[in-house]
Amino acid sequence: MLRVIEFWLNGRRREVAVDPREALLDTLRERFGLTSVKRGCEVGECGACTVLIDGVSVDSCCYLTIWAQDKHILTVEGLQKDNGELSDIQKIFIEEAAVQCGFCTPGLILSAVEIIAAGKPRTREELRRLISGHLCRCTGYENILNAVERALRESLAKKTEPN
Amino acid sequence: MAIGDSIKRVDAYGKVTGQARYTADLVPQEAYHASLVRATVANGEVTGFSLARAQAVEGVVAVFTCFDVPDRPFPTPGHPWSVEPAHQDIADRKLLNRRVRVWGDEVAVVVARDRLTAARAAALVEVQYQTYPPLLTPEAALAEGATVLHPELRKDNVLAHSAFALGEVSYDEAAREEGLIEAGGRYEVPAVQHCHLEPVHAFAYGEGGRIVVVSSTQIPHIVRRVVGQALGIDWGQVRVIKPYVGGGFGNKQEVLVEPLAAWLSMQLGGHPVSIELTREEVLGCTRVRHPFVWEVSGLVRPDGTLVARRYRAWSNQGGYASHGHAIAANAANQFKQAYHDERALESESWTVYTNCTTAGAMRGYGVPQSCFVTECLTDDLCRKLGMDPLAFRLKNCMREGYVDPHNGIPCLSYGLRDCLTEGAAVFDWAAKRRAYQHQHGPRRRGVGMALFTYKTGVYPISLETSACRMLLHQDGSFTVQMGATEIGQGADTAFTQMAAAALGVSEERVRVISTQDTDVSPFDTGAYASRQCYVTGMAIRKTAQSLREKMLSYAAWLLERPADTLALRDGAIFDQTGQQVLTLKQLGMESCYNLRRTEHLAAEETVHCQSNTLSTGVCFAEVEVDLPLGRVTVLRLLNVHDSGRIINHQLAEAQVHGGMSMGLGYALSEQLLYDAEGRPRNDNLLDYKMPTAMDTPPLEVLFIEKEDPSGPFGNKALGEPPAVPVAPAIRNAVLHATGVAINSLPLSPDKLTQAFAAAGLYEEEAGEYV
Amino acid sequence: MYDFADIYQAESELDAVRALHEDRQAMVIAGGTDVLVGIRAGRYPSARLVSVHGLEALTGVQMTADGGLRIGPCTTFSALESDPLIARHLPFLAQAAGHVGGPQIRNMGTVGGNLANGATSADTAPALLCCNAVLELTSWQGVRRVPLRDFYTGPGQTVRAQDELLTAIAISPADCNGLAGCSLKYGRRAAMEIATLNCAALLRREGDQIAELRLAFGVAAPTPVRCPEAEALAAGAAWSSALAEQLAQAALRETRPRNSWRASADFRRRLIAELTRRAVTAAWQQTEEGM
Repeated sequence: MLRVIEFWLNGRRREVAVDPREALLDTLRERFGLTSVKRGCEVGECGACTVLIDGVSVDSCCYLTIWAQDKHILTVEGLQKDNGELSDIQKIFIEEAAVQCGFCTPGLILSAVEIIAAGKPRTREELRRLISGHLCRCTGYENILNAVERALRESLAKKTEPN
Repeated sequence: MAIGDSIKRVDAYGKVTGQARYTADLVPQEAYHASLVRATVANGEVTGFSLARAQAVEGVVAVFTCFDVPDRPFPTPGHPWSVEPAHQDIADRKLLNRRVRVWGDEVAVVVARDRLTAARAAALVEVQYQTYPPLLTPEAALAEGATVLHPELRKDNVLAHSAFALGEVSYDEAAREEGLIEAGGRYEVPAVQHCHLEPVHAFAYGEGGRIVVVSSTQIPHIVRRVVGQALGIDWGQVRVIKPYVGGGFGNKQEVLVEPLAAWLSMQLGGHPVSIELTREEVLGCTRVRHPFVWEVSGLVRPDGTLVARRYRAWSNQGGYASHGHAIAANAANQFKQAYHDERALESESWTVYTNCTTAGAMRGYGVPQSCFVTECLTDDLCRKLGMDPLAFRLKNCMREGYVDPHNGIPCLSYGLRDCLTEGAAVFDWAAKRRAYQHQHGPRRRGVGMALFTYKTGVYPISLETSACRMLLHQDGSFTVQMGATEIGQGADTAFTQMAAAALGVSEERVRVISTQDTDVSPFDTGAYASRQCYVTGMAIRKTAQSLREKMLSYAAWLLERPADTLALRDGAIFDQTGQQVLTLKQLGMESCYNLRRTEHLAAEETVHCQSNTLSTGVCFAEVEVDLPLGRVTVLRLLNVHDSGRIINHQLAEAQVHGGMSMGLGYALSEQLLYDAEGRPRNDNLLDYKMPTAMDTPPLEVLFIEKEDPSGPFGNKALGEPPAVPVAPAIRNAVLHATGVAINSLPLSPDKLTQAFAAAGLYEEEAGEYV
Repeated sequence: MYDFADIYQAESELDAVRALHEDRQAMVIAGGTDVLVGIRAGRYPSARLVSVHGLEALTGVQMTADGGLRIGPCTTFSALESDPLIARHLPFLAQAAGHVGGPQIRNMGTVGGNLANGATSADTAPALLCCNAVLELTSWQGVRRVPLRDFYTGPGQTVRAQDELLTAIAISPADCNGLAGCSLKYGRRAAMEIATLNCAALLRREGDQIAELRLAFGVAAPTPVRCPEAEALAAGAAWSSALAEQLAQAALRETRPRNSWRASADFRRRLIAELTRRAVTAAWQQTEEGM
């Protein structure tokens, strides 16, 4: 009893037949091979499966795929350019050594994308709160915060630069 | 770029794009999925099963029970094999267990076409048990008449006992001296879990009559051996592949699901079978850090001289031996090493089987526990003495030139005192210590510190060996293969830097193969004991030297001049005048395609490491305590590490941050709780409280870099140490802030408010907190 | 993959109500963060779900013609937290919504689900109790309105029948104007927490007096509760720290915290007293700032 649904995945319109019991996590991993979406706890407590739906971060483990009809879904696979060049936020995660085991990384990058898209300056404490839905055991969040803070600062600076 | 430079992680591109493949990303589409049936008692015996309902579920492929598996016990810890039977790990596990010794013990397994079906059917398996009272503490397990959990191995529940004494007199004799001040008491630490973000996962499939196991493991070569042991097949029949690993912290230094996955696949004609544990299973049914209970005491003179200490420890092993007494022994050693006792040190340790979750290796291997008790005692002594904790430590801590009197491990590069003094200066210790004296009111601040010692690798307690293979390619680039593993800590990047430095080329030319495949990768025991940059680093150095000689020798033949007139540096070959005479690309091409003589330039070397050296360090913590709510807010944390020369400063700092965060959780919030029946209560990441970004203070790191003469690049242990000193530093800061000594972890609000009440902090006088 | 029997995605409020009427075993799912986790834990075997996920008509905050507020039950915690009407009229409710889980959970979970599941730990319940929120329950038979105060019947239990859909959370003009409030949550961590205790205080000031106080707790009893004795004590009383202390003692008399492995009853009592002092003080201080 599959149901056909359509959504925008990383910028491309996709049609897929899914089991209505399927979590978006399962669909993205099993049907689209998007391995950046990690299965860490399956109950919305770790944030490793975070994706953006219409620009908003959600835990894809607790989100039924059938709810995604006509939505825009973004995973980190949709961030880099066609030639493989990384987006600014991905580069900054690497430069700031915010990546260790890598299991929380894609989800955190997507939260960073959401934070930057909001276009608001944020204090370090606000950033702590904005990434608090992600658990990380490797980094103590220090370099992740450094990366998000820098990416946000650079993005805001670009916006205010005169053309 | 060179050793010490902050080059970027070699695996980062894959990790920020999703290209890096972890075990779950490699499971074949057609694989079966296994779900374990776990015991719902902590102590008992399986007497029977009702399987019909499970077997009737559509999509179930097979159900196996503890009555179906071979009666062949095997060990699970990631230790090197010992050729001496007396030193081999205790073999007390079976693929599935009839005798249940922990809640959640694996008693049966359902294999199905998908994970959901397997889980649903596993829930329908009915198990009949004969049950015994659960033994949840060492006291209960040692009590008269307690069920002996492993009667075939031990006459009681003591897995092991050890003792040593140092000094001219006994502790009691030392205590007779006039005017000594004594402190001490009972201290305790709970079970905590690793919480690597990637769950435990392995899958296995048949290949030409052999078995292939793909696993998220720290120890691929050891997994191969243990799968061989568990299945009773030759080790060469097993091929283990380790892809990218999403953290291990010691839990994956254990052979957890690989033997069962391999056995199931073999029962099913080599069909791929995947065992991916749920988060609940990882938290409650794999391994934990050993809970400890201690009785310790210490004697000091009024001038601050540490005269004697006595240490008695009970380590709660849980149901199976795993790493066993090695943990308690390591703990006792660090208590001994950290301070100089003028007259006496007595130490005695028991490791006791109980029905709690089996304890194993977790970042620090007994030392986070031991550092807690060591540094609680130190500050309790300082308080009674009225001495500044920094001054006391400078006076009594491990001295330069130290050699452990029992295992002979030396401290070959000594930075401990510098850690204390430079850390104190950066932290502004003296001023803060003064500023936070005599506080009143409901919010109080304090500062505390803790120091530690930590060995580098396991020599001479156990074998240290490592191998490396390097190949020069046609384009002048190199691949480096090792059995040592990247598990998230940054090993491959450090190896890249080491190989580049030892070869005399830039890092861009060096590719470390991240995947281990025991059919291909050289032998190494794996990622544990903060050993890889030290031991594997030696193998890299030796292999690079060997390859350089081969390259120069071949270049000498090509150029028709003596090899000793040539030099390999800066990615090319130079003559004595400093003239570049050959590029590495030319060399690589000639070595493959020269019509007169080809010689594929590759080298493989083994090091048998027979050295060790102690790392040390100090953590400084500043806290604010909200007395009415019993809430501790950590305002600032500084870790200072004496780990020899740092290979990559940026990544080393990042690794230290992670350890500090783990220590923060150990201090304030983490604890695996059990009900009266031994069932874990909080086996999920909501109720098991690892710190979030909002719970974490700014993390500061300082390195005291002293070239270690034994390290291949002047380096010594760094991987585990950052997690070690944080909890006691925070505990001591709370003591400074409130005057209340909390002798157990975590510093939970329930516990704190009770202690504050008992200390009279809530008796208001004229509206003021006293 | 979740182990439930079926799911029907409703196209409208009425459609959902019809579906619940036609299948008397069906249960409602909205944000999913609670129901799906419960399904995974085996709490609702073979569940048949009626999804109201994302229904526009049930989403958002509106001001009613009389100046009251109407909160759609499918409004996410994030939306509630950042809603301009809530920010203007009931900032302490925004504060409470911001205490839920972490950002992703707040982006998914709904205020209606927070109430409908009957949990005493619901982070928005104490604030909504203080607002005298009235729940609109719609079934095929019609609509009934139940004050939140009368909604809970026990732990995880409410008066809502299987075929009733929570269709609005209504707050009257008198309950969302001229009041100052504070919501406090105590958990072991600063995020991703289930409350050890929740406390909300809402007051109206006249001169140097508290004209009216509303005080509510979560996890202080089997259901979220108001504290009428404390409220009566405060009505017309002059503000002082001694009054805050009296309120704390009254709140202790009116609550029944229990021992659980998450926290002892003694510790929860300590929290009840201390959070009462802090919440009432903070609410009062807001009136000072406003003057």
